Amino acid sequence: MAGIVAYGAYIPKYRLSRDVIARAWGSGSMRGEKAVANFDEDTITMAVEAAFDCLGSIDPKQVDGLYFASTTPPYKEKQSASLIATVIDLRRDILTADFSNSLRAGTNALKAGLDAIESKSAKLILVTAAECRLGAAESDFEQILGDGAVAFLLGDSDIVANITGSYSVADEFTDYWRMDRDTFIKSWEDRFTNIYGYMNSVQGAVTGILKKYNLGPGDFSKLVLYASNPRQHTDIARRLGFDVKSQLSDLLFTTVGNTGTALAPMMLVAALEQARPGDKILLVSYGDGADAFILEVTPNIEKVRDRRGIKGYLASKTMLPSYEKYVQFRNLMATEEARVFPSPSSVPLFWRDKKSFLSFYGSKCKRCSLIMHPVQRICYRCQSKDEYEEVKLAKTGKIFTYAEDYLADVPVLPQVSASIDLDDGARVFLRLTESEPQNPTDPPQKIGMPVEITFRKMHDTSGFRNYYWRARPIRGGN
Amino acid sequence: MKGVFDKVAIVGTGCCKFGENFHQSRYDMIIDATFEALEDAGMELKDIQAAWVSTQHEMGGASIVSDALKLNNIPISRCENFCASGMDAFRNACFAVAAGMYDRVLVVGYEKIKDLATRGLPTPPLGWGGHPILFADAPPVSFAMAATKYFERYGIDRVPLAKVAVKNHHNGSLTPKAHLQREVTLEQVLNAPLVAWPLGLFDCCGVSDGAAAAIITRKEIAKSFRDDYITVRGIGLSVSTARPMDRPGYDYNGFTETEVAAMQAYEQAGISNPRKEIDCAEVHDCFTITEILNYEDLHFCERGQGWRFIDDGISTLEGELPVNMDGGLKCFGHPVGATGLRMVYEVYKQLQGKCGPRQVKHAEIGLAHTLGGVPRNSCVIILSN
Repeated sequence: MAGIVAYGAYIPKYRLSRDVIARAWGSGSMRGEKAVANFDEDTITMAVEAAFDCLGSIDPKQVDGLYFASTTPPYKEKQSASLIATVIDLRRDILTADFSNSLRAGTNALKAGLDAIESKSAKLILVTAAECRLGAAESDFEQILGDGAVAFLLGDSDIVANITGSYSVADEFTDYWRMDRDTFIKSWEDRFTNIYGYMNSVQGAVTGILKKYNLGPGDFSKLVLYASNPRQHTDIARRLGFDVKSQLSDLLFTTVGNTGTALAPMMLVAALEQARPGDKILLVSYGDGADAFILEVTPNIEKVRDRRGIKGYLASKTMLPSYEKYVQFRNLMATEEARVFPSPSSVPLFWRDKKSFLSFYGSKCKRCSLIMHPVQRICYRCQSKDEYEEVKLAKTGKIFTYAEDYLADVPVLPQVSASIDLDDGARVFLRLTESEPQNPTDPPQKIGMPVEITFRKMHDTSGFRNYYWRARPIRGGN
Repeated sequence: MKGVFDKVAIVGTGCCKFGENFHQSRYDMIIDATFEALEDAGMELKDIQAAWVSTQHEMGGASIVSDALKLNNIPISRCENFCASGMDAFRNACFAVAAGMYDRVLVVGYEKIKDLATRGLPTPPLGWGGHPILFADAPPVSFAMAATKYFERYGIDRVPLAKVAVKNHHNGSLTPKAHLQREVTLEQVLNAPLVAWPLGLFDCCGVSDGAAAAIITRKEIAKSFRDDYITVRGIGLSVSTARPMDRPGYDYNGFTETEVAAMQAYEQAGISNPRKEIDCAEVHDCFTITEILNYEDLHFCERGQGWRFIDDGISTLEGELPVNMDGGLKCFGHPVGATGLRMVYEVYKQLQGKCGPRQVKHAEIGLAHTLGGVPRNSCVIILSN
């Protein structure tokens, strides 16, 4: 039997009120807010966050494979899963794979992971999904879409939710799409797509799985069901014979927005956070067909309650002050170019130092125990040469000193840099992120303030994405 | 080691007008500084046997000096050592003269910054960290890190820093070659826009073009050029790793590079009580906090007392130990390759008593100091008349 061993999620700190978007265009608001990835985030960095949340204290070296699902990976050609695996420090002898191009990619990856476990080709598979889709300015999508990520560790022991059944339908249907060169989502008329696309596929999957396992709507405590908007969500639930009030799980529409291929899995995390042992959950995703899964929650669920998950990350938020800030975050408007000459980056350099930069290791001197980052061949203190072990650095620390740059060419000022003493004694120098003052005279950063590190994109110099770590005030949660 | 540098004397110095020299090329500035130095030394261009040139931002070997001055077929070396570039070029030239290799050596430093429309200093290749990822911040941010820590450690606010700016702007107003020649008030400094908390606009030095030059010779023959030559008494240089920000245990309590370079120079010059023995000093006030830390690192005062040193007026022109008599980097900006030699120019003129309204009394021993990087190196020169 395969199932979920642990779950995790990630929701960016920034939220944009739909009223703010509506005000920008003089249009109607769909109410609520959407989660907006920071300017230094993308689907890879968000998947990394969800993966860390999911793994908790589980040793990443036990994981036998990593699947990443997104319709918005940073690269069209180049795998994201391999990068995520390196950042979360998985072994090399594993299978990494990207699932893309469909809103169903997240559950496709889930199914592939389950199959790997059940076929005994792997003992633990980490499945991640993240999304950061763009709706064109003034479109409904602009209000609907949100950003977020999710991760599940799948295995065959210590399971918190057994996945006891699955059923899929494949339907060729063009309702939402982006062609190769499209930045924004396109769609066909929704009265057509809702009936002949969404309802057709979802009904097919739900009736199929109920029939296959001889179950009825009343056998489930929760229905976790993808939908592109709340009305569609409740309509189909009723039509399928579920009770909206007691059974239908939160669509996260008013709090996060539609996170595409990550949505149904994120909703599942939210449902698991509230689930009790013995609960039976029906998970249904949609996109070019539909995937359906039956989950049965076990008593182990209590062991993973410490994950930040949807609940924790939802509670930690900063409202974006304006529509323009969102436009700036997503780089949707040409702004004055900074008079800075770009410095070249280097692929060999990243390859050479990936253990330091991506996996966040330091060197620990075997003679005097000093920890340094990045890895150093010669010890700063005792000058011993090549006598070190590579050690994974602590993820939390305290600010030793900092400065606030008010002239930096970044969307959020001031840009804060800090010398940080990590809990293991390493001194690192990182930019802070999500630390802007709510009140200019009382910035959040202080000497001694606890911080946690977070994997972020730095820049795209030399035409490829340069990632490294930043630090942020510890986000609420747990 | 004692007795190396005091074989060397300065017999001529030159300094172009610093500022946003849009009308001048780097060659123009090198020519202006060099020919003032030649005239001061009573030499002609053809008398120069060897030269050292300092510039940080421009690649291109030493031919920059040949190109500017049409000096061909003499030994010229280029020195780049961050903000200590000018002083380190001077230091290397002094070694050559002390070794008896040459009698008439030109040292010229310059930086042409305003041809690039950047804010502050132009970013070096691969950024301030010399690396696409392991960034170092622009200089104001790097030094603001020290200010933040200093505030926490000693419980002060921005006022002592502002007083450094007020003092140096006053001195700059008395210096015709300075870029900024206007007085500022404490209120102006404190109310200016922030550049990098806790440093505001007036806590930061100007952004200027400039060039400065010195002509050195063996002390034995210096009298043949002029009676009031100035003797080099000591030069200290300290270089450290480029990234103090993640150097384990780095405490931001002053800059050890300055302290180490100063101790070397003091030992060579036989100085045991710098506060009493040094009559005037040009120090690296890239930012106001830096000058305060310099006081401590140069042992002008005890650790943690730098803010009182400015507060008590000790470093004003009329004070016990005048600092940055010409307005410092605050008013001359920091054309990196030129800065150390611009300081040598000012100390040389002070020791000759030629500084008019900003002349300090009884100037016999002077100090010049640069601090490079974020920081990573420092050079200290002691001169006497």
